[in-house]
Amino acid sequence: MARNSRLKDHHAEQRMFGRRVVAASFVIMVLLGALFARLFYLQVVRYDYFSELSQGNRIRIEPIPPPRGLLLDREGEPLALNRPAYQLELTREQTPDVDDTLGRLVALGLLPADDVARTRRAIMARRAFDAVPVRLQLSEEELARFAVHRPDFPGVEIRPRLTRLYPHGGVGVHALGYVAAISEQDQDRIDVSKYAGTTLIGKLGIERNYEELLHGETGYQQLLVNAQGRRVDRVGVKAPELQRKEPVAGDDLYLTIDHKLQQVAEAALGVQRAAVVAIDPRNGDVLAFVSTPTFDPNGFARGLTVPEYRALEENIDKPLIDRALRGVYPPGSTIKPFVALAALQYGVMSAEDTRYCRGVWQFPGSSRKYRDWKKQGHGTVDMHKAIAQSCDTYFYGVSDQIGIDRLHDFLVQFGLNGKTGIDVLGERSGLVPSQAWKKKAFKKKELQVWFPGETVIAGIGQGYMLVTPLQLAHATATLAMRGKGFQPRLVRAVRDSRTGAVATLPPRPLPDVKVDDPRYWDTIVGGMIGVVSPGGTAVRVQAGAPYKIAGKTGTAQVFSIGQNEKYNESQVSERLRDHALFIAFAPVDDPKIAIAVLVENGRHGGSTAGPIARAVFDAYLLPREAVQASSPAIPPAAPPAGGIDE
Amino acid sequence: MRTEIAGPGHSSRAQRTFSLTGRLLDALHIDGPLLLSVLAVCAVGLIVLYSAAGEDVRIFLGQAARVGLGLGVLTIVAQIPPRVMRIGAPFLYGVGLLLLIGVAVVGDVAMGAQRWLDLGFIRFQPSEIMKIAVPLCCAWYLHERPLPPDFTTLVIVALIVLVPTLLIAEQPDLGTALLVTAGGGLVILLAGLQLRYILGLGAVIAAAIPVVWKFLLHDYQRQRVLTFLNPQNDPLGAGYHTIQSQIAIGSGGIFGKGFMNGSQAQLEFLPERSTDFIFAVIGEEWGLVGCIVLMALYLLVIGRGLYIATQAQDTFTRLTAGSLTLLFSVYAFVNSGMVAGLLPVVGVPLPLVSYGGTSLVTLMAGFGILMAVHSRRKLVST
Repeated sequence: MARNSRLKDHHAEQRMFGRRVVAASFVIMVLLGALFARLFYLQVVRYDYFSELSQGNRIRIEPIPPPRGLLLDREGEPLALNRPAYQLELTREQTPDVDDTLGRLVALGLLPADDVARTRRAIMARRAFDAVPVRLQLSEEELARFAVHRPDFPGVEIRPRLTRLYPHGGVGVHALGYVAAISEQDQDRIDVSKYAGTTLIGKLGIERNYEELLHGETGYQQLLVNAQGRRVDRVGVKAPELQRKEPVAGDDLYLTIDHKLQQVAEAALGVQRAAVVAIDPRNGDVLAFVSTPTFDPNGFARGLTVPEYRALEENIDKPLIDRALRGVYPPGSTIKPFVALAALQYGVMSAEDTRYCRGVWQFPGSSRKYRDWKKQGHGTVDMHKAIAQSCDTYFYGVSDQIGIDRLHDFLVQFGLNGKTGIDVLGERSGLVPSQAWKKKAFKKKELQVWFPGETVIAGIGQGYMLVTPLQLAHATATLAMRGKGFQPRLVRAVRDSRTGAVATLPPRPLPDVKVDDPRYWDTIVGGMIGVVSPGGTAVRVQAGAPYKIAGKTGTAQVFSIGQNEKYNESQVSERLRDHALFIAFAPVDDPKIAIAVLVENGRHGGSTAGPIARAVFDAYLLPREAVQASSPAIPPAAPPAGGIDE
Repeated sequence: MRTEIAGPGHSSRAQRTFSLTGRLLDALHIDGPLLLSVLAVCAVGLIVLYSAAGEDVRIFLGQAARVGLGLGVLTIVAQIPPRVMRIGAPFLYGVGLLLLIGVAVVGDVAMGAQRWLDLGFIRFQPSEIMKIAVPLCCAWYLHERPLPPDFTTLVIVALIVLVPTLLIAEQPDLGTALLVTAGGGLVILLAGLQLRYILGLGAVIAAAIPVVWKFLLHDYQRQRVLTFLNPQNDPLGAGYHTIQSQIAIGSGGIFGKGFMNGSQAQLEFLPERSTDFIFAVIGEEWGLVGCIVLMALYLLVIGRGLYIATQAQDTFTRLTAGSLTLLFSVYAFVNSGMVAGLLPVVGVPLPLVSYGGTSLVTLMAGFGILMAVHSRRKLVST
């Protein structure tokens, strides 16, 4: 009766509730029936199968790690390979007492005592059923020693694994990076189950950045093991079928690096602390990526002992630091071509406008003197001469006229502020200062004020301005292409390990740097040709070369020397000498290579850094056999007398 | 009725003991049969846990203490008159909702999921409150309204269920989200949701699956479903649990390998053997027989719960008692189904058996509600 008026009908509701409960009971019985059927299937129908798996011959699922993808240079020369080695592995759930076991391994001389704590942490961080490497590369003698004591070490086994080999040792190590044992911290960035059985992981450089491609897919196999977890062939009549899935190797990477060029550049640098970055301006390919001193990455794949690592880290020359990517330096005079271009673009100066250089520059009405590197001055200079001879006073005035914020906005287009976005991690940002930047960078109000003098010295690449060698090379490449820039990259193609197909990665173009008149570029490039021509600051760089070079020298102050102080030749003061810089590209009419060279405490851009650039150019641009003949000698320890420099 | 149990000869003494116990239970609003069957399941759980935890007495005693705590909570909840529960339901729901939002803002991240709220002296999962608060709140809302519910009512009840569910699923805790949805859904079903709505909802869910799959599920949740469909896909990762638990159950056979003799469990092949995967230990050590015994005990609990629900005298208590009982059976089935390889792996413990206090206390509170409903049925006027 209440149906239409929608009043509560308690009796009808109770009846309906009863029906629903009956229906629910029915559903529960059906589900229970399904569960029972499932249990019956597992425990009665398939009992023999599962019983066999669990008893007598227990089954283990063992991961098969994939071979890591290779690293090849742009010509296919292998730079990182895989090589079989024996390693000692421990599986926690099969080891009765991990601490005791590790202690006895130390006693056997198979594990350095210093490594126990770290190894223990690595074991505890992995899942109980994962085999964790304790030692990575065992010698024949160590293999034999363990074999004798093997029964005393349940849960510890020797397994053949592929390990990483860098056939050229430290050559290119800062680009390649290296692999090392998976650490506690690495656990957080990987899917642990995908790394079951994998020992090594990319820690740095390309090895780290392309880890996902290089690693491949883990396979697995089912093994019969006895109660201690040791592998047995087959015991009992009914052996369960064993499954196996092959791993998929990681993809091979073709780098943009030219190994020959890399070697030439590293040899040219010798023992100096330095960085060289050479870029193909037409596509952003990094042809050489050098930071010296280098170190041998093979040690990391083998597993460095604590003292070995400490020695590397505490080395006064800091070989672990990637100077090309993470070293920030004042660009010094190498910034001048870019400042000159800004001057043209903003209409502050024309190419023909001249200034008279008397060796110092002053604000009108101020007594503060901004000195030129050439005490007596350069006389009358136009833009060409200002670049060629690196006249400081010219650029003091120019940058004052441009103003710091406009200078900032222009230089940023060359990627000098921030990062280039190269395909390895850890790149440091460069810095082109501006008023807004200074406001943000300093907390104290009085320090936030921008002074005109700071604009003036920014014009010669001093003061707050900082670049990495990579950013400098990238800016030079963009200049060589007259504004057309590409993001620098270290990998140019990927070979799919399954199909063998090589996929070339397209260059990544950046927004063009636009100027109002294309002839501005000619003026700047002309000045840079002047640098390596008679009268320029680096005339020896062009001498004898069959192709045309455009370059710019630079010197970056490390430390202000007080009025009465002098250099002395002790170790410490050597490290306070100026840094030498040189940027260049060639051939001028059809740029194929652009370069930035930085030699820490090398003093003079033209004489120290210049010849290194020339050696790299020769190696790349000349037919290979002609290189020896044309190349100038590697620079001697002391700069030659009489060389024109800044 | 109770006197029949006592044999001749002892009748007077036994009678007195029983009637004394009976009176005490009545005074405490405790339902004897439900209490007995719940305690039986707990006892089984403790025995299995002792073996699963590798004879660790501390774990065993800790869990026993939690059962004691649960019984305390049960007793306290049983003292609350259902009328008070009904009035309090929306407030409990509101508090739970606020806490969930609190967790989303300031909660601790444990095991990659944000579920815990730290109150200084105690850390707990607000989502646990929702397992009870959602059914209570739905029942409260439907109490005054004519049933079966009309469309507007349905939409509001659906909102009551979905808001906390989404908050919990975001944490992400798929298992609890599932149980909270089930709790609310069961209330709606028991309230007499018409067949056409059930069919329509089925169609909507079928249509929503691809959307949920693509946009709402976390990677690991998708992986679990894929692995459920084919555990061999990922035998080293997500499939490892399923493969090992099936070996454990299957190798138990009809009578099992015996207490503390399960090689899968004792040799630590079986992961999470004292928590979510404890059912596999039962299957391995006690065999099909053990599983059937446990299922039978569960059936006793469920049967008694449903009986209490049918005897309840108003809409609120009926819906509450019915849905909490059915939720308990969903709990039991989802866990055992997952361990046996019938369902994908979701984080749902085996009720009253798995190691851990939170879900145990919630379940006990639920049984307390059932008992409160049953003991006061005569006081409710119709």
